[in-house]
Amino acid sequence: MSAKHVVTTLALAGAMSTALATLAAAGPLTKAEADAAVAAKKEKCFGVALKGQNDCAAGPGTTCQGTSTVDFQGNAWKFVQGGTCTSIDLPGGKKGSLKPV
Amino acid sequence: MITAIKPATVPLRFSLPIGGVAGTSFKPEHLPAILEAGPQAGFFEVHAENYMGAGGPPHRALETIRRDHPLSLHGVSMSIGGPQPLDKTHLARFRSLVARYQPALVSEHLAWSTHETSFFNDLLPLPYTEATLACVCNHIDQVQEAIRRPLLLENPSTYLTFCESAMSETDFIRGIVARTGCGLLLDINNVFVSATNHGFPALDYLADFPLAHVGEIHLAGHAEQTDDDGNLLLIDSHDGPVADAVWKLFEIIVARRGPVPTLIEWDSSIPAWPILRAEAAAAQAILDRCKLAAATEDRHAA
Amino acid sequence: MRRDADLGFAAAFAPPLLDPAREVPTAVAGRNGKPAGRRYDVYRNNVTVSLIETLAAIYPAVQRITGPDFFRAMARFHVRSSPPASPLLFEYGHDFPDFIAGYEHAQDMPWLADVARIERAWLDAYHAADALTLAPMRLFAIAPERLGDLVLAPHPATRIVRSPYAAVTIFAANRDSAPVARIDASTPEDALITRAEFDVVVRHLPPGGAVFAASLMSGQPLGAAAMAAFDASPEFDIAANIAGLIEAGAFTSLAAGDA
Repeated sequence: MSAKHVVTTLALAGAMSTALATLAAAGPLTKAEADAAVAAKKEKCFGVALKGQNDCAAGPGTTCQGTSTVDFQGNAWKFVQGGTCTSIDLPGGKKGSLKPV
Repeated sequence: MITAIKPATVPLRFSLPIGGVAGTSFKPEHLPAILEAGPQAGFFEVHAENYMGAGGPPHRALETIRRDHPLSLHGVSMSIGGPQPLDKTHLARFRSLVARYQPALVSEHLAWSTHETSFFNDLLPLPYTEATLACVCNHIDQVQEAIRRPLLLENPSTYLTFCESAMSETDFIRGIVARTGCGLLLDINNVFVSATNHGFPALDYLADFPLAHVGEIHLAGHAEQTDDDGNLLLIDSHDGPVADAVWKLFEIIVARRGPVPTLIEWDSSIPAWPILRAEAAAAQAILDRCKLAAATEDRHAA
Repeated sequence: MRRDADLGFAAAFAPPLLDPAREVPTAVAGRNGKPAGRRYDVYRNNVTVSLIETLAAIYPAVQRITGPDFFRAMARFHVRSSPPASPLLFEYGHDFPDFIAGYEHAQDMPWLADVARIERAWLDAYHAADALTLAPMRLFAIAPERLGDLVLAPHPATRIVRSPYAAVTIFAANRDSAPVARIDASTPEDALITRAEFDVVVRHLPPGGAVFAASLMSGQPLGAAAMAAFDASPEFDIAANIAGLIEAGAFTSLAAGDA
């Protein structure tokens, strides 16, 4: 067993107990474990970026109907400032803007 | 090992056949409004393919709806009318949905949607010949064998005809019923759309249609366009209320056939739940009038 | 026996559906035997429009970013070159993110393909099989010396998307209709997509988190996964990552190491 592995095992044991404390599922904690749990909770990791929206973004459904929208022939790329891409900046001053061809 | 939650079969709970009941397409966005209103008298129809995922919210919503209402399972992609063999994987998925949800009604289309490996997501037309009749019957036999119950086959709406067609659509459909024993889903809007597009009287088509085998009726809205010669070309768009002419045909058919489960199909520009429910109530009123008339006749006969 | 000559109608009818340059099939007609013309185009419309709308339903954030006209044009190219191979529409568009990455008019938005990858993973998670998530109590019972060999089974819904751009922030800002504030796209972001019960949740993974989660998901034991994560990022916090993954419901059970 390498030294690195021993360290990792110890680190893992400590980490696991901290993690379980964070999840409020662990048994009695030492003061150090409790402090670590509080510190872990303060971490801005695992921030929820988006939750739910199951009803309004449920993906596509099948159709058994026709459409009266006529849109099978379009070929040219269209440039219309309809999107939010202009508010997204890239390094070097480049912006995600759409350029007409 | 993954702890998968095995889906349970939903108990039947409803006596079959469900009779002259009006129903609506089930749209997930209506679920909160439907639950708020409490159990409805009618049935709900869903497209089978939208519930062929492994799990998640779609199945939970369908189980919720199915708990209190009869269900109609409407397949849209079996490609029964196509020349190539049925997709066995798809057929197996269809079979397990039928087994799981115990629907009161099971239907598919006289159309095709897959060619080679491409799925076109539309109900495409077929020529009516002895060769296509044999092929369609073979496919329906396979479906009915898989689901162990009769399938209701829906008449299509079409925008053109095949030069090689050697028989009428109604002859073709009667041939299918005779050979496979399947039932029929009569879409009256489809009849009206096709009749307008091809210039034949809808009532002639309906007079020729084997009404005794109809196990469900569809009603829907359509849109108007024109063909190259300026003729009215109706699009089966399911994006609005049922047209007056289609209501009229429905009354005639219900008087002839007697009340059968009737669906309001509204699949695009979907309205709020009360509007859809009101459309179903209008269909229910026609079905109930027919039941009443039949009861009165029975009393007179007695 | 089938006579192929009588069943060739689909082979003649199908190819022009997605190719407006092809002639309308001659085997079909309008009224009184006239050429089908616009009547055939109804089917072209139905196929093309419904498949474009399918992509729009799977990729709403991409459409909001580009605007509908740009999106529909891009989607139309993709629909023509890669029509669905399955009748299950929610499976369509798995190769759309790669298409976007190579789409010449989207080269100024190099983060767009990664936003699409998160949206595709969102729908995969939505339809994934239901499964119970790993209860923290199961971990509590494991002897410390066995932790390094612990192998966890991923939940069927769990997905990871890594991006050299701020794909998670861009995705989240464009997935609803609230106004979008200025976003600096240059910060690398990794996403964890889970569905513990019925709500799909997208989380922003901390440094090393994606390597850690991906290693665990591929069946690496906990010790090896932690070392890989440290190698990828010295800031990696084992405790926070274990807690975060368990809380997110990324795993279902202990696959090995708890005997």
